Amino acid sequence: MDYKTTRTLLLVSGLLFATTTWANEDNLPLMILNSCIVCHGFQGSSLGPATPSIAGIDKEDFVETMEAYKNDEIPSTIMGRIAKGYTHADFQVMAKYFSKQTFVRYPQQVNLDKAKQGAVLHKEFCEKCHKNNGYSFGDEGASILAGQWMPYLRFNLADIRANVREIPKKMKKRLDKMLKIHGEESLEALINFYGSLTERK
Amino acid sequence: MSKISRRNFLIGTGIGVGVTAAGILAYKMMEVEPKSQAAKVVIIGGGAGGLIAAKYIRILDPTLEVTLIEQNLAYYTCFMSNELFNGERTVESLKFSYDGLEKYGINFVYNQAIDIDPIARKVVLQNGKQLAYDRLIVSPGIDFKWDSIEGYDEAVIGKIPHAWKAGSQSLILRQQLEDMEDGGTLIITVPKKPFRCPTAPYERASLIAEYFKRNKPNSNILIFDANTVFPQQDLFMEGWEKLYGIKTENSLIEWIPSNEAGNLVRVNAKEMAIYVGEFEDEQKAEVINVIPPQKAGKIAFKAGLADDSGWCPVNLKTFESSLQKYIHVIGDACIASPMPKAAHAANSQAKVCALAVVSALQGKEMPEPSYANTCYSLIGENFGVSFTAVYHLEEGKLQYVEGAGGFSPLDASAEQRKREVAYAHSWYKNITNEMFN
Ligand SMILES: Cc1cc2nc3c(=O)[nH]c(=O)nc-3n(C[C@H](O)[C@H](O)[C@H](O)COP(=O)(O)OP(=O)(O)OC[C@H]3O[C@@H](n4cnc5c(N)ncnc54)[C@H](O)[C@@H]3O)c2cc1C
Ligand code: HEC
Ligand code: HEC
Repeated sequence: MDYKTTRTLLLVSGLLFATTTWANEDNLPLMILNSCIVCHGFQGSSLGPATPSIAGIDKEDFVETMEAYKNDEIPSTIMGRIAKGYTHADFQVMAKYFSKQTFVRYPQQVNLDKAKQGAVLHKEFCEKCHKNNGYSFGDEGASILAGQWMPYLRFNLADIRANVREIPKKMKKRLDKMLKIHGEESLEALINFYGSLTERK
Repeated sequence: MSKISRRNFLIGTGIGVGVTAAGILAYKMMEVEPKSQAAKVVIIGGGAGGLIAAKYIRILDPTLEVTLIEQNLAYYTCFMSNELFNGERTVESLKFSYDGLEKYGINFVYNQAIDIDPIARKVVLQNGKQLAYDRLIVSPGIDFKWDSIEGYDEAVIGKIPHAWKAGSQSLILRQQLEDMEDGGTLIITVPKKPFRCPTAPYERASLIAEYFKRNKPNSNILIFDANTVFPQQDLFMEGWEKLYGIKTENSLIEWIPSNEAGNLVRVNAKEMAIYVGEFEDEQKAEVINVIPPQKAGKIAFKAGLADDSGWCPVNLKTFESSLQKYIHVIGDACIASPMPKAAHAANSQAKVCALAVVSALQGKEMPEPSYANTCYSLIGENFGVSFTAVYHLEEGKLQYVEGAGGFSPLDASAEQRKREVAYAHSWYKNITNEMFN
C-alpha cells in the first residue's frame, strides 16, 4: 500500500469517529487508555503493519489475555512489560471500551491465489471455532482473525507451533492435521486468506 | 480579537522542506462559528504534544474553543528520521500536513508566537495579532544553546549539521554520508543529558553503521559523548557486537564517554575538526554531526516559564507551570523526569494535560492521572529493542509503577529482535495517525 492510499484510508476511518460523542468520562476513560491507544489506535484498530487490532474483542477474553500477559503466560515482545503497569479493575475498564469498538480492516498486501486456497482450508479446519470466516469472536474466546495484521498472525502461529503459546488442544489438533495433509504452505495460505478479508461479506 | 478574518491560505502550492508560514501574513481558519461564551484554549506548537492536547480537548469537551498556533505548514517527525540514514525511508515519508485534523474543529493559525502576556492572558503573534486565552498550553519542543560550544552556531549548520530537527538538516547529513568516500570517518557528538530523545544519537550511529557496512565497509563512526552512560546501553552494545564488531579491530563504531575525553569543547568547521576532553585533543573527520546542548523552545523563555536549568518546571498532575498560572507546559520543554524527552512521553503528557484543562474549565476534579512511554530503538537490520514504562504520581513526583516496564531482554532470540522492528514501525504508523488524523 503506498503512502497516499494510507492517508486516504486514515481520513475515512477518522470520519467514522466524528459522529461519536465521548464527552462523558465514562465513555472515554482517557487516563486508563492513555498508552494503549498510541499503539493500537484510538478506537482499537491498528494501522499495522504488525501491531494487532483489538477493537471488538470479547470482554472476558480481553481481561484473561491481559492477566495472562501480566503473569507472563503468553509470550510477547512488549505487552508483558506493559500489562504489569495496570490493575484488574483497569483491565475491566479497557475491556468495556475496546469491546464496544468496531474492528476496522485495512487492505493488506496479499497473494490472491494463496488466499483462495486459504478460504478452503479455513472452512475445513478453522471455521468451527473462528466463525463467519474469522470475522466474529467464537466460543471459548476464539480470536477474530479476519483482517488481523498478517505479521501478527504469522508470529502467533509460529509461537503456537513452537508450543510457547497455549491454545485449546482441539485447535492444536486441527492445525497439526491440516499441516500433515496440506504441508507448510497451508499456513501462509490461511494467513493470506485472513489478510485478504476487508469488508464483511 | 476573536474576530479573525477567514482568508484561505494557499497551502496547495510550494510547501517544500522547512517552509515556514511565519512572516507570511496569512493563515488558515477552520469553518467553525466562533462561540461567544465558550472558554478559550490556545495551544502553541503543533507537534507530538500540542496536537494530541488539541485533539483530546475537543473530543472531551466540544464546547471549548481550541486554537492551535503552529509556525510551519507541515511537520517532519524526528522519530524514525534516523531511518533516512540506512536508506529505509525518504524524507517525504516523515512529512505530515495538518489537514486530517479539520474534522475536530480546531482553529489552526499558521504563525509564530513571539510573546506571551501571562497577566492579560494573551499570546502575541509575529503578524501582530493577539490571541486571548483562558488556558494556554505550550509545547514548543526544543531550542539549541548556540552559545555553549565555541565555533558551533547556526552559521555552520550547513557544513556541520545537527539534524536534531527533522527536514532539511537530516537531508544535509544524509547527502554528506552519501558523498563521503569509503574509508572516511563520521563523528557524532552527544551533549550532556537531558536532551531530546536520549537514545536517538546511538540509534543514529547504528543505522549509519548499517549503511557503511553495506556500502562503505572501510569507514567508521566515532561517538564523542559528554555522558558516561546512556539508556539501553547494554542492548546497544549487544547489537553493536553482533552487527558492527565493536571491541574488535575493525569495529564500525567506537564510543568515547566523557571520562575518556569524550566531551566536546570546541569546533573548527573550516578544518572539519573538533576538540574534546580536558586537553582539547583534536579529532578530524570527513563528516561531523554535532548534536548541540538543548533547552526549552524559545517561547518558553518569553513568558518566564523556564528556570535556570533551561527547562520548565510544572505541576505533574496538571502540567500547569510552577512559575505562571493558567499556562501549561508539555513535551520536551517541561521537566517530567524520569519520563524522557520523547514523542510517546509528550503524547502521554498531552492527554493528562488535556484532561486537566477540561476539568479546570468545567470546574471539576481532575481524575487520577496516568502516564506511559515507549522508546523503540533500531540497531540494525532485523534488530530492534525497546524500553517501556508506566508512571504514576506519588507525592507530586512521577514514579515508575513497580514491576512494570523495563527493557527488552538481553540476548533475546533473533526472532524477537526482528519482531520488535515490525512493532517499532507499527508504533510509528499509529502514533502519527493519532497525531494527524
Ligand atoms: C533523531 C531523533 C529521533 C527521535 N526518535 C524518537 C523515537 O523513536 N521515539 C520517541 O518517542 N521520540 C523520538 N524523538 C523525540 C521526539 O521527536 C520529541 O520528543 C517530540 O517531538 C517532542 O514533542 P514536542 O511537542 O515537545 O515538540 P515537537 O514535536 O518538536 O513540536 C513542537 C512544535 O512547535 C512548533 N513551535 C515551536 N515554537 C513555536 C512558536 N513560537 N510558535 C509557533 N509554533 C512553534 C514547532 O514548529 C513544532 O511543530 C526523536 C528525536 C530525534 C531528534
Ligand atoms: C508500545 C506499543 C503498545 C502499547 C503501548 C500497548 N500495546 Fe498491546 N500490543 C502491542 C504489541 C506489539 C502486541 C503484540 C504482542 C507483543 O509482542 O507484545 C500487543 C498485543 C496486545 C493484545 C493481544 C491482542 C490479540 O488479540 O492477541 C492486547 C489485548 C493488547 N495488546 C492490549 C493492550 C492494552 C489494553 C494496552 C494499554 C494498557 C496496550 N495493549 C498497550 C503493542 C502495544
Ligand atoms: C476448537 C476451536 C478452535 C479451532 C478449530 C481453531 N481455533 Fe484458533 N483459537 C481458538 C481459541 C479459543 C483461541 C484463543 C486462544 C487464546 O488466546 O487463549 C484461538 C486462537 C487462535 C490464534 C491466535 C490469536 C490471534 O489473534 O492471532 C490463531 C492465529 C488461530 N487461533 C488460528 C487458527 C487457525 C489457523 C485454525 C485452523 C487451522 C484454528 N485457529 C482453529 C479456537 C480454535
